[in-house]
Order: sequence, then C-alpha cells, then structure tokens
Amino acid sequence: MAMTEKQITDRSGTPEAWRGFVAGSWRKGVDVPSFIERNLTPYDGDESFLAGPTENTEALWQQVSKLLKEERERGGVHDIDVNTVSSITSHAPGYIDQSKEKIVGLQTDAPLKRAVQPFGGIRMAADACDAYGYKLAPELEELFTTIRKTHNQGVFDAYTTEMRAARRAGIITGLPDAYGRGRIIGDYRRVALYGVDKLIAAKKEELLQLEVDSMTEEVILLREELSEQIRSLAELKKMAATYGYDLSAPAGNAKEAVQWLYFAYLAAIKEQNGAAMSLGRVSSFLDIYIDRDLREGTLTESEAQELVDHFVMKLRIVKFLRTPDYNELFSGDPTWVTEALGGMGLNGKTRVTKNSFRFLHTLYNLGPAPEPNLTVLWSTQLPKAFKRYCARVSAETSSIQYENDDLMRPHFGDDYGIACCVSAMRIGKQMQFFGARANLAKALLYAINGGVDEKLGQQIGPAIAPITADVLDYEEVKAKFDIVQDWLARLYMNTLNVIHYMHDKYCYERIEMALHDRDIVRTMACGIAGLSVVADSLSAIKYAKVRPIRNEQGVAVDFEIEGDYPQYGNNDDRVDDIAVGLAENFMNRLRKHKTYRGAIPTMSVLTITSNVVYGKKTGSTPDGRKAGEPFAPGANPMHGRDRKGALASLASVAKIPYTHSLDGISNTFSIIPKALGKADEERVTNLAALLDGYALSGGHHLNVNVFNREQLLDAMEHPEQYPQLTIRVSGYAVNFIRLTREQQLDVISRTFHGEV
Amino acid sequence: MKGRIHSIETFGTVDGPGIRFVLFMQGCALQCRFCHNPDTWDTSGGRQVTVDDILQEIEPYLPYYRASGGGITVTGGEPTLQAPFVAELFKACKERYGLHTALDSSGFCETSHAAELMRYTDLVLLDLKQMNREKHQWLTTQPNERIIAFAQWLSVRRQPMWIRHVLIPGVTDHGADLQALGEFVGRLASVEKLELLPYHRMGVYKWQQLGREYTLNDVQAPTEREVARAKGIIEDARERGSLLA
Repeated sequence: MAMTEKQITDRSGTPEAWRGFVAGSWRKGVDVPSFIERNLTPYDGDESFLAGPTENTEALWQQVSKLLKEERERGGVHDIDVNTVSSITSHAPGYIDQSKEKIVGLQTDAPLKRAVQPFGGIRMAADACDAYGYKLAPELEELFTTIRKTHNQGVFDAYTTEMRAARRAGIITGLPDAYGRGRIIGDYRRVALYGVDKLIAAKKEELLQLEVDSMTEEVILLREELSEQIRSLAELKKMAATYGYDLSAPAGNAKEAVQWLYFAYLAAIKEQNGAAMSLGRVSSFLDIYIDRDLREGTLTESEAQELVDHFVMKLRIVKFLRTPDYNELFSGDPTWVTEALGGMGLNGKTRVTKNSFRFLHTLYNLGPAPEPNLTVLWSTQLPKAFKRYCARVSAETSSIQYENDDLMRPHFGDDYGIACCVSAMRIGKQMQFFGARANLAKALLYAINGGVDEKLGQQIGPAIAPITADVLDYEEVKAKFDIVQDWLARLYMNTLNVIHYMHDKYCYERIEMALHDRDIVRTMACGIAGLSVVADSLSAIKYAKVRPIRNEQGVAVDFEIEGDYPQYGNNDDRVDDIAVGLAENFMNRLRKHKTYRGAIPTMSVLTITSNVVYGKKTGSTPDGRKAGEPFAPGANPMHGRDRKGALASLASVAKIPYTHSLDGISNTFSIIPKALGKADEERVTNLAALLDGYALSGGHHLNVNVFNREQLLDAMEHPEQYPQLTIRVSGYAVNFIRLTREQQLDVISRTFHGEV
Repeated sequence: MKGRIHSIETFGTVDGPGIRFVLFMQGCALQCRFCHNPDTWDTSGGRQVTVDDILQEIEPYLPYYRASGGGITVTGGEPTLQAPFVAELFKACKERYGLHTALDSSGFCETSHAAELMRYTDLVLLDLKQMNREKHQWLTTQPNERIIAFAQWLSVRRQPMWIRHVLIPGVTDHGADLQALGEFVGRLASVEKLELLPYHRMGVYKWQQLGREYTLNDVQAPTEREVARAKGIIEDARERGSLLA
C-alpha cells in the first residue's frame, strides 16, 4: 500500500483505536468477518517464535492450581455465594492477585466462588447448594418458587403426559428443561472492535426499524428482546466500570482487545448457566491487535503470550453451580468454553495466525487442561508447520480436538465457531436450540416389545403389537422400528418446542443475543444416542440368528445370538450402510415437524458422557450388549468390536453423512503412544497424516487421546499425582481425576488402538 | 491363488516407515518361546483369501499410507511360507498403487523359494533372534543356518533391510551373542537400520488361551539401561564387522 498510516487517519478521520487497520465495510456497520478478512496476517511458520511463561504467569498459575486443589479436596466446589442472584452487575470485582493479573474479571468477588443462577430452575440451584453442604438463602428460594417463575416451572406446566413418561423412561434424556440450554455463542469480538456505545446505537436502530404496521406476536417478541439486549449492554459497561474500564469506545490495543472481549464473555457467564458457554473464534481476531502492537513496538512476544496465558487462565476457572446428577450426564464439571482455532478463509488463505500457536502453547505454559475446549478446524490446506504443531500438542497433552473445516466451510462460511463439542454455527448470525438426544437403542427395544419399556414394564411408546416370533425377522423388526421412530421424532420435536418457548420466556440470553444480528438463523439441534448399538443390533438380526429371551410379561429382556454378524467399525458396508440409513432416516423424520420460531431441524451423533447413563437406563440389546452396559460414545463403534485397526474404524464413522447430521458427528480416538510410531517425529508425521486422511474421507470430528491404559489405572489409584491429566471424551476434555469412577472405568474399557 | 491369513491391521506404525497396512499371515515354521502371536503358528488355521480380497481391504486407506510415506507390511506367522501368494500381492500393490512393500520375516526360508517375492519387495524386516546355534535351537525349535544364509543372500542382492533383534534378558542379551550379532550385521551390505526391540509380555495371555505352556514366565522386560548396554555392544561390534566386510 502506498499510503502511510498517518495519511489514512488524516483523510478519513479514523478513530485512534482503528489506526493502521485496513478499511472496509466493517467500518460502516457491525461486520467482524469483513474486519478479519482485510486485516488478518496468516502465519505459515513453525512454533519456534513462542515465548515461555512470565514470572507473573507462573506465580498466578501456582495460586490457581492451589485453589483448584482445594476445590477438589472440598468435594468439587470451593465456595458458593448463596445470597445473591447472579447477574451481569451482581457482584463486586474479584481478583486472583490484582498486582499480577494482566486480564481481570471474575464471575463473583472471589475466584472459584460459584454464583446462584436460578432463572433456569430454582430446584437445580437449591439442590446443588444442598449437595455441597450449603443452604440456598430461604428468601431466594421463596422468591423463585412463589413470585418469580423459572424456565423449569414453565416447561413442566406445559409438558404433556406423554412427554413426562418419555422423559422418565429415558427414551429422551438430557433435555435442558431444568437448566440453561447454552450452546449460544455471542460475538464477543464486537465489543472489542466497536465498543459498547456503537453496539447500543446499532441495536436501537434495529428496534426503530421494528416500528411496523402490524404488531404481530413475532414483532412484539423481538421488540421486547431487543430492549432487553440494549439494557444488558448498558449493564456490561457498568460491570466493566467497577473494574476501572470504560467499554464505551473500541479497544485501542491488544491488552484492551483481550480485556474488552473477556468482559463481554464474562457478562454472558454471569447471566447464564448454560450447559455449554462457548467462546467462538477469537484467537485469530485478537492476533490482528497483537500484530499491530508488535509492529508499533509497544508489545513484546513474551508480553503477547502473557496476555493469552492470563486470558486462558480465566477461561480455565469458569465455574457453574450444578447438581451431582447433572455431572452424571456431563461428567467432570465441563463448561465448554470452546475456542475454534485455524481453518481456512473462503479467499483460500489460512486463518492460522501466530495467535493460534499462542493459544495451543498455553497447554505448555500452564500445563494441560480441559478448558478452554481447544478445537482445531482442520483442513488439508492448513500450513504444514501448524499441522505438525497440532499433532505434537495432541501427542503430548491429549487436550485438543479436531473438526473438519473442509466439510463445514461450505455450510457455515469462514467465520463460524463451535458451540459445545461439535455444533458449528456462524458467529453472531446463528444460534441453536439445544435438544440433547433421543435414545435409539431403547426405541429399537420398543419396536420389539410393542412400546413397553423394558426397564419400567410400562407402556411408554406406541401400543403396537409386540414381536412374538422365536427368531427375530429383520423385515418385521424394521417395519415396527419405523413406527416407533415416527412416534419418537414427533414427540421429541414437540418436547423441544415446549422447552425453548419457555427458555426464551423465562431465561432469555440477553447479552449473548445482544452480540448477534437481529435476524438470525435458528436450528433445532436434535441428537441421537446408541447409533452403533442399533446398527450392530440390526446387523445381528439380519445376518445372524437372534432369539429374544422374554420375561413372564412377554418383554424381551435378553437376546441369544447364533452365528457371526458384520459389526460397525470394520469398514464393512453391510453394517455401515445400516448405520448411515439410521442417521438419514431419523433426520428425515425430524424434518417433518413444525419447530418453534421456525428453527431448522438438525441432528448430532454425540453423547457427551451420557453414553454411560443411557446404557444404564437401557435393557439388553440384540447386538449382545447386556442391560446396563454403556453405549459407545458419540458415533464410535462399540468397544472391542473394531477389529481391523484404527483406519477401518475411522472409515466406518466417516460414512455417517454430515448433511444429515449437521450438528456434528463425534468420534473419540484413543491410541497408545507406541502405536503412533517409535520416535517423536514419526508420531507427529503419522498423526498429521491420520488427520489429513480422516478429513479427506469426510469424517467430521475427532478427539485424539494418546496415552497408555496403565497410566489411567495409576491415575485412578493416585489421583493426587495427576492433577492436570487431561483426556478427551465425547466432544470435550476433562480432568481424568474429576470423572466419576464409573466414567473412568468406561474410558479405560474402550478400544485403545495399538494394544496387542 | 489363495493365501491363508490370520488378521489385518489398517493402522500399523511400527513395522516399517510411515502408516502401514499390516497383513498377518497364518502359519509359522518356528515356535519361538517369546512369540506374541502364537495364534498364528498353526498352518491350517486362519482364513483363506485371494489377492483381490486383500487389495479391497487396502484401497480405502491409500491416502493415509501415501501421505505418511507408509505402505504395506506382510508379517505373520511367517510370510515366506506363502511366498508365491505374497509375491502376487506385492506385485499388485506396486502395479496398481505404487505402494511401498515390506516383508517382516524370520528369514527361515530357502533362498530359491523367495527369489520371485524379492522382485516386488522394497524392504525386508529381518528378525535375527540369536547368533548362537544351540541357543537358537532352544529358543525357536530350529537351528539358524538357514536364516544366516538367507541374510547373506539378501546382502548379495543388495536388498534393503532393517535388522530387528528382540532383547530378552538372560536369553538373547549375552555379551558374546550380541557381539556376534553386531559383527554379522556389520558385514551385511544393505542394512538401513538396526532395531533393538525390548521383550514384552503382552502376548502371554494368548498362550494361556491356546492352552500352551509359556516358558519365559520368569523373564521381565529389559530396563532402559539394559537396552542401552546392548545397543552399545552391538553397535561397536557392527563397526568392527563392517571393517572386516
């Protein structure tokens, strides 16, 4: 460019905060992608530029580690403020050590002190207090029981008899009907780029545009929401002011950009205890600010890394007050502060920046950790050095997951993030109504048992004639399974409609939605559990002889299998086609139903850690799985059934069609270090090649764990020696030692590729 | 032509360079006391397949093998027992996919029997288990002359090879034996790599399953120090051997 910075400033009256940035449509309206497109500096070099932790970082992390240790020793919760309802402005400023923190802000006035967030449901808040030996202030309980209604109460007011029964039987489980739904990503970058005043002005303009002729229900709802959004932005400014920062104007340098962005995220987590409170795609955005400061000579590499380390440290201590049974579903106290790294731009240039490396490098500067949920958007086009660095970090920390950018970019463009584990969405332009999942394995048993639940012995599903044949006939089972799935899809969608209507009404995400456009795409994110169980069951019925063993009530409680049958996970089309058909058919059924707010139905094949709970609630299945045994997580093959090695296993999963599972297909891959190669460099090469191959074959998501079973067994025995041992489970990472014993055993029992 | 196989592994990374398709052949003429695949010995076990069957199993994963500089490795059992089948398989792998081919063998094979196979083999992973004839007989049930001759034959043909030696404390780690091994390897012409594989006990359960008596129950895996010592002895002797060659 011929013009100097000074000239641009002079001619166009650029605000000081935007000095040096290349102009574009982002200056006229709220348009972060345009800013990134014009100002990002791709980086194709290696990791040699990275800086280690500063003294401040080390000291701070030591304090945080000590607090986390205390938290574990106190049974999982450090402290609870039982007297205050959390809101953006509810608590006085909190610090870890103010003199050392480059980035400030806590959810309450002290680190790890959890806040009460009762709008999702007061029971959950009160029970959580009880479970950890606290008592919720009686006046709060009274307030949210008799005066202020919660989301949870609203949902149960509207639930039908059938919905309650399905919920009790566990054919639909994990529904966000007693807690915040989450999985909404505010575009927190907007606060850094524009400052809050400009965002308020834009929202006021949107409100003005809604002074229309016909005040339909839709317009009224949106006008009320916009007003709430504007209010929440003002509260964000107020909260930041208590820390001594004025967020009215755009961030003027890297430190401010990180701080502004973090305050916006902090406001969201103070307001919402959503199941997943993801961050979006901030690292390469922030790189633009860091790069400018480095060029201006006001920041060193070490200081840049320090900003990232301190920011990440804050993200590691995001805490919500949740009940222990919630922990059964989502084990290990996850928050899903998911950050998407890398990926490619639609212009063909990579979105990898030096800051992508800095974020990964926090796993060394601070040691491995489950949060933030670092997610690499993998493309075969990524710079080679970045690919190798990712593979190295995976092999050494087991803390990152991979999602196929080449698969998602055509659907979501180049400025999408990942909510929770595998849910892609355009940032600030799209949200989802989180819908947990339906238990397809149980649905198959309903088809065999005439809709009678095999555990409860009650009629839960449609009252069709049970199968009475001595040997199960594939066509008969399939026909009845179709009927049950029709019933299930309808019931499931209606249930979600109730939930999200009430969530919008009683627990609306004000600040997160303030950081969205007015008109957004909504998806109704349904999900299925038990894919591999059902695929194998149908395959057994088709290719072997399966005899039900019935109890006196006539309900099949076990199955005898005679002969071998093809099993999912061996790249065998005979059974893989069944799995593909399952995903496709259930998705097509979901598409038939009317959704709340015109949401587009989508589906995930993801269980989080609920594969254990689902297994517990499901009787024996025709594939040979016994009652109570866990399902495989996500879209994984069942443990030990993938006998042709890792690539055959990956190939089976990669066949599940993404177009029919747009909310994500989770696959967790565990391998012993030795099986990845003999030397470090070989391991890096092989893992990078494996990721390229999986991406090329159309696989969507891969969790990569590299460790020995013995190490996990030892960690079970001596947890104190493994405070930071991190492992990937379905779509997120956990501190292994924070899993329940049952979950730990499930992880250990899974296929570890490479074991003799 | 049909071959008798034990199993396949689509993601092999320890038997040759890169990511490899590993085919385990069924049947072996040796019965090594430390074998971790005793279930591959029986020449009438396993299942019979055609070359085309195997090619179909390989094809989906070619991108992985190519991207990592990998290929196919045939092991066992003893793959040279079915040399014509393996030769046909390797030939097809080369012609159709340009794939790198590796043969993991005990070398217990008449050289004339392997000539055709070697035309299509890029790399031989040759296990030299014990240089001392009597100890070899005790360890594997067979003497080692044929194996030594096979190694020398490969050397004359300038066949690229990786020599592998399983280090079993008290069984294959005697100083004199290690020296003999090093000297012998030093005299071979086309050795690209010498791998010392520490003995492990992960296959012991298979002996139990097969109802066979495992006779190395008192042996433990070597320590890192023991491995380093053995490596030192072999490498020193290898240098001497190469000067004599």
